[in-house]
Amino acid sequence: MAGRVGIVAVAQTKFEGKTLDKHTAELMYDVTRDVMGQTGLEFKEGSIDGTVAASYDLLSGPAGAYMFLGYVVGAYQREDERVLEDGALAVYYGAMQILSGHCDTVLLVSYTKESAIDKNLYEWVGMDQIYQRRVGLDFVSAAGLQAMRYTTKYGITPEQCAKVVVKARKNASNNPNAMCCDSLTVDDVLRSKMLCDPIRVQEAKPTPVDGACAMILASEDRAKKITDKPVWITGLGTCYDQHDLGWRELADCESLTTAAQRAYKMAGIKDPMKEFDVAEISEQYSYQELLWSEGLGFCGKGEGGKLIDSGKTDMGGELPINPSGGMLSGLPVCVAGMQRAAECVLQLRGEAGARQVSGATKAVAHGVDGPAGQLQCVITLEN
Amino acid sequence: MAERIAIVGVGQTHHKSKRLDVTTAEMCAEAVERCLEDAQMTMKDIDNIVMGSFEVADGYYSPDKWIIPELGAVGKSGLEMQNVGTTGGVVAATGFNIAATGLFDAVLCLAWQKMDEAAGAFGRGGGGTNEYWTGQFPMSPITNFARRAYAYMDRSGCTEEHFAMVRVKQDQCAMKNEYAQLRLGLTLEKVMNDALLAWPIRRLHMCPTTAGAAACIVCPEGKAKKVTNKPVWVEDWYTCHQGGSLTMAEDPTSSTLAYASNLVYKRNGITNPPKDIQAWEVYEPASPAELRWIEEVGICEDYTAWKLFEQNKVGIDKEIPFNPSGGVTATNPIGATPVVRLVEAALQVRGDAGEHQIPGTINRAMATGYGGQGENVIMLLRKTL
Repeated sequence: MAGRVGIVAVAQTKFEGKTLDKHTAELMYDVTRDVMGQTGLEFKEGSIDGTVAASYDLLSGPAGAYMFLGYVVGAYQREDERVLEDGALAVYYGAMQILSGHCDTVLLVSYTKESAIDKNLYEWVGMDQIYQRRVGLDFVSAAGLQAMRYTTKYGITPEQCAKVVVKARKNASNNPNAMCCDSLTVDDVLRSKMLCDPIRVQEAKPTPVDGACAMILASEDRAKKITDKPVWITGLGTCYDQHDLGWRELADCESLTTAAQRAYKMAGIKDPMKEFDVAEISEQYSYQELLWSEGLGFCGKGEGGKLIDSGKTDMGGELPINPSGGMLSGLPVCVAGMQRAAECVLQLRGEAGARQVSGATKAVAHGVDGPAGQLQCVITLEN
Repeated sequence: MAERIAIVGVGQTHHKSKRLDVTTAEMCAEAVERCLEDAQMTMKDIDNIVMGSFEVADGYYSPDKWIIPELGAVGKSGLEMQNVGTTGGVVAATGFNIAATGLFDAVLCLAWQKMDEAAGAFGRGGGGTNEYWTGQFPMSPITNFARRAYAYMDRSGCTEEHFAMVRVKQDQCAMKNEYAQLRLGLTLEKVMNDALLAWPIRRLHMCPTTAGAAACIVCPEGKAKKVTNKPVWVEDWYTCHQGGSLTMAEDPTSSTLAYASNLVYKRNGITNPPKDIQAWEVYEPASPAELRWIEEVGICEDYTAWKLFEQNKVGIDKEIPFNPSGGVTATNPIGATPVVRLVEAALQVRGDAGEHQIPGTINRAMATGYGGQGENVIMLLRKTL
């Protein structure tokens, strides 16, 4: 392994329900030129070596980011590789490109226009052809089954789940890029329409959301030259779970536990609750913040409900989770994981504005892809 | 590179136009089983899996999720990649990068395409082009390569017969490769009289639709030396993408191949490509393209490759061993095609290609992936480092 990997610049769009005035390429242009402007780097020898994009064809239209990266962004004849997963996996792979010694500087970009597609329909096609697709399972109903199993097995109450949403929207009011920052009460959440039992409309990630995120990674030496505030990637972990929901214990997220262990081992993290100052995680549904907290080792199995009750994860608590408002305040799939890492970078540089966790030195970002959190990715960061 | 890396095992399915006997996941498992057997490893030895296909041409969303369990790979690290036609090349490059970090012992690269399950025309035509410019025209790969081919005829002075010579050479090679899909026993006359798709492209000139998968296992040096006495070293790679469209190119016959291969040659001290590289597996989606690609990789001067065919210099046991496997006009599981090239190049380096083995020692081989309207991935392999 060749030294450490530094994140030297991050950028994100404002996240909105419909960006009719912007083409996908323009979203991509806005964020990529932003990080290039921050660092003064260009697509030429000895500057940016290549790009890694994260997007799905079916969610974003054009089958290949290079079509726009080439002549809209200027990455002409550069290396370009595209991850067909959540944006966190692009951060994972971009870091690998540098750790391998193959690249010195890599530009990452993720983009999705959910407003242009029927997300549920495509996610239904994401279920296997023979067993699960035929019974009509999609990612929302898979989450419903997971929520039911998790809350039933461990006695997690609807109020505890609703508190996650209340916290997310409250935090989002400090984030100018967030889409939803209405002040909700637990009652408002519990009175909203049922989406997929036990998940209510307000407990699911708002859809559609459009937006993009970009960042630049560099090898240790390069990073120090580019910025005096590099943020270091200290640990990386991914893990696949079973696809067939019937073969999984849905109440426990084993793949997240494994992915987190892989990242923590690399970073030398022993007590995540104590060592991390801030966590930005991908909760598409309210119950997921509680379940993912268990997988990430912030509390024991089945203790996610108690954790939210304790207030430790609120702003000002021991480990604030999602000061940005998280996915529950509106982020597009695919962009979410990379945006989680970007938020951690802002926190560790002390540039998070009203949502800043004071004195943050270590952070953890989390991304997820597939039904009921099948593929998990954990990234640990340090300033 | 942090770690030197080597390919320790390769595997592919017998490529066919239809595989109605298996699902996509089962077809992938077939290639992976052969690959593991070749490396004398089991799934337990693999700790990271990189996979990919050109999703839109298959009509899937996120297929890695349900292929992983079929491979017995639940609990592993991994991710899915896709970059249209160069997908397999990007899958391989991702595997190379991940293995070269030294963080993993063995990385499995898997790519596939099962075109009997979907109408691939959208993906191969519309989805692969820019929606504002070329996407507005009926620019399928067929018309794209027709345009390239007649521009090449115009500039080089070659005739349709030379394209037919290329196709016959490709078929002669494929006849010796048991994994190839089209093994037709072609003659010049048969090709010249074949159905015209878009002049000068005839049906036989164009790559077929294929169901197939290919895989390889990449290890860092220490592990590679332990598991095999025939490691194939990965010397370098470059995934060159430019976007844009044919209408923007000064020379419509060109691609990024010349730029990318020159860059890789320079990095690795290659000054005389036809001498320094003994085996070529270059992704030619249509037979006329093979002529231009031979020039772009630096084997001969621009617009002269057709003379090599006239002089009968290209073939498995001839001066220029270009695409000994039969190439892409014989077999084209799109997303997997660059990995098929890589697998074939690795077999040549090992001396294990069987009937289509190039005689003599292969010290260095080059495999490429092609996609879009001129994107290329270069993969350079060595027998010894």
